Amino acid sequence: MEIAALVLGALLTVLCVAYVARPLLRPARSREDALATPSPDAQARLRRLEERDRALAALKELEFDHRTGKISDEDYAALVGPLRREAGEALRALEHEERPEREREEADVSG
Amino acid sequence: MPELGRAALVAALGLILYAALVGGYAAFRGRRRLLDSATNALFAAFAATGVASLVLLAALAGRDFSFEYVARSTSQELPTGYTLAAFWSGQEGSLLLWLLVLTGFASVAVALNRRLVREVLPWTVPIVAGVAVFFAFLLVVIASPFDTQAAPADGAGMNPSLQNPYMIAHPPMLYLGYVGLTIPFVFAMAALASRRIDERWIVATRRWTLAAWTFLGFGVLLGAKWAYEEVGWGGWYAWDPVENAALMPWLVATAFLHSVMVQEKKDMLRVWNVILVAGTFALSLFGTFLTRSGVISSIHSFTQSSIGPFFLGFIAVVAAFSIVLILSRLSLLRSRTRLESLVSREAAFLYNNLFLVALALTILWGVVFPLVSEAVRGVAVSVGAPYYDFFAIVFGLPLVLLMGIGPVVAWRRASLRSVGAQLTGPAVVALVVGVALLVAGAGSSPAGLVGYTFAAFVLTTIVLEFVRGTRARKAIGTGGWWPAFAGLVGRNRRRYGGYVVHAAIVILLVGAIGIGGFSTTQKARLAPGESMDVGDYRLLYTGAQEQRGANAQEVRAQLDVYRGDERIGTTEAGKNRYLAEEQTSNEVGIRTDWLRGEDLFVIADRFYGDGSVELKVIVNPLVNLIWLAGLVFVLGAVVAMWPDAREQRRLAARFAGEGAVARA
Repeated sequence: MEIAALVLGALLTVLCVAYVARPLLRPARSREDALATPSPDAQARLRRLEERDRALAALKELEFDHRTGKISDEDYAALVGPLRREAGEALRALEHEERPEREREEADVSG
Repeated sequence: MPELGRAALVAALGLILYAALVGGYAAFRGRRRLLDSATNALFAAFAATGVASLVLLAALAGRDFSFEYVARSTSQELPTGYTLAAFWSGQEGSLLLWLLVLTGFASVAVALNRRLVREVLPWTVPIVAGVAVFFAFLLVVIASPFDTQAAPADGAGMNPSLQNPYMIAHPPMLYLGYVGLTIPFVFAMAALASRRIDERWIVATRRWTLAAWTFLGFGVLLGAKWAYEEVGWGGWYAWDPVENAALMPWLVATAFLHSVMVQEKKDMLRVWNVILVAGTFALSLFGTFLTRSGVISSIHSFTQSSIGPFFLGFIAVVAAFSIVLILSRLSLLRSRTRLESLVSREAAFLYNNLFLVALALTILWGVVFPLVSEAVRGVAVSVGAPYYDFFAIVFGLPLVLLMGIGPVVAWRRASLRSVGAQLTGPAVVALVVGVALLVAGAGSSPAGLVGYTFAAFVLTTIVLEFVRGTRARKAIGTGGWWPAFAGLVGRNRRRYGGYVVHAAIVILLVGAIGIGGFSTTQKARLAPGESMDVGDYRLLYTGAQEQRGANAQEVRAQLDVYRGDERIGTTEAGKNRYLAEEQTSNEVGIRTDWLRGEDLFVIADRFYGDGSVELKVIVNPLVNLIWLAGLVFVLGAVVAMWPDAREQRRLAARFAGEGAVARA
């Protein structure tokens, strides 16, 4: 019984070591081995996407709550304007950011 | 095979140490292959812990008393279900369960979010491994379940109080909750350490938090049901320190579940949210410490051990680590959005948070005060139910009221006139209910009367929310009432699942007030043939019966139950004398009237030589609503956490640029 336990224990250890070592057995190319670090532009874009989604979700919820009668016409009128403005600004910022990228792609295709 | 169990635990400790150290280095230096290797070590640690768990289960199933743990927790006559449940009835087994669930949850969370962990939150693996190292160290060095001895002929058996079906389910449920709350903590800390405090850590842990919170809440209720049936004092929650230990992280996690919505909708409360996540995790550890250290006297604590100082040290390390990390990232966490109005949904969530955290801190003070008093003044004091009841009312009733008010207040700002118009209907219904109850004689418990009035108010707002929403969806042409209702809930699962959970809390409140404020108790010593009256019931004692159970000698008082002149059934209450354990337990008789939701609860305090018996009989009105609330709570939580394909697509589109999508 003791020998069986020792053999099983050794087998478990060998399997674990092999599994842990597997990624290290891949050939080490320095570029592939580096963890991705996002550029400040990518982080800023993600922030704008979050702002866009937040504004659109808020608008959708406001519309629904107004339709259910939970939000009065008076409150709706006060809230909908700023929310639309925020969503519009977020969309325009994203569009502005994507335009040069798109123009570059179109230039590549036509060139 | 104790050697295999020991070897597996040593392997698990080695693998977790590797995952923590190498994973930390990989995250710090940005090395992908090393991080993958550390991640594999975490997965392998789960497998090794699984092997150790199987060894212990096999030893329990085979009643191998050469394992000290098995001999201490089971006996030859103990039924198989309880024998297997002994896995978590003792300290060493429950620590092993902690490690198994932790490495399992961590492996699944990391596997589901592998790209996110690798590309955005590389500190996830070393941080979760750091937590797991503590438990693996305890199991290898301090409290191994694989210590052996010369096998005795029989084991010492299991504490009779633990021999109850609810004790099979209650501890694992609590552990799933406690350990599950590690995942949001780990991802939050990894987001801070990786300086990536966008929404992805929240998206990745949203369902983990909800699931862990559900397990913990349901586990608390299962524990309450166990205490109600097994401890046999006629109540369901006694503010026992170990009960409080599970309630505190649940309350703080409830606060987090609300405030995280403010972060998602308004990009506010970022600092507050990471504080809540860290606080919830620290309280989960504190709960395990209270249950397992034996530093407090509790009906739920069955251990006296030496692991207390280790736990306290680890809690201090977790607190210090969290505080330093949060302080060092304060500039990143600072929100750019401000609270626009004190009458708004986010303000309502903020009030809700303040009351929930205040209640949790008050309970914490009640739990630690006896320890502090003994350590500082050398005087043993106990904090009783009146202290907790007072604060539960002071903070609990406004919380209930907020459950009704919050949903009808708009985000950003709302006019008082609009809010007032929304609340007039529910307020009128609440008032009518209050007056009707007063007329019916419910004024004997003023707090109960206020509670019922508030409950009516909240239930009405919840029903109105569903009715208005369904009507609005039907109006935009979604077909009949049922498709409109299904579409409403399906498209807003978190919101409407949340309302169902609110309804569960109100149902629980109604049940708790019923048993706490309106129960009736009678005591009597009856000879065979004599009867006693309690409430609407009359109990006729027909005599005592003795019999041999599976592992105990059982004696039961036989009682015929009458309502008026009609005999409506029988019940029996008595005691079990456990042979191996050499202990006696009370076995109460509970007769449930499902229509009224009430229990006739009978305790046989003492049997006399002349055949008479001393009985304590309690009528507990509406108590079964508490257990019903547990089911409604789980239903609401499942609705809230059910995956939403449209939301997944939206999130995938948002994060597509960076490739790493959080799996909600």
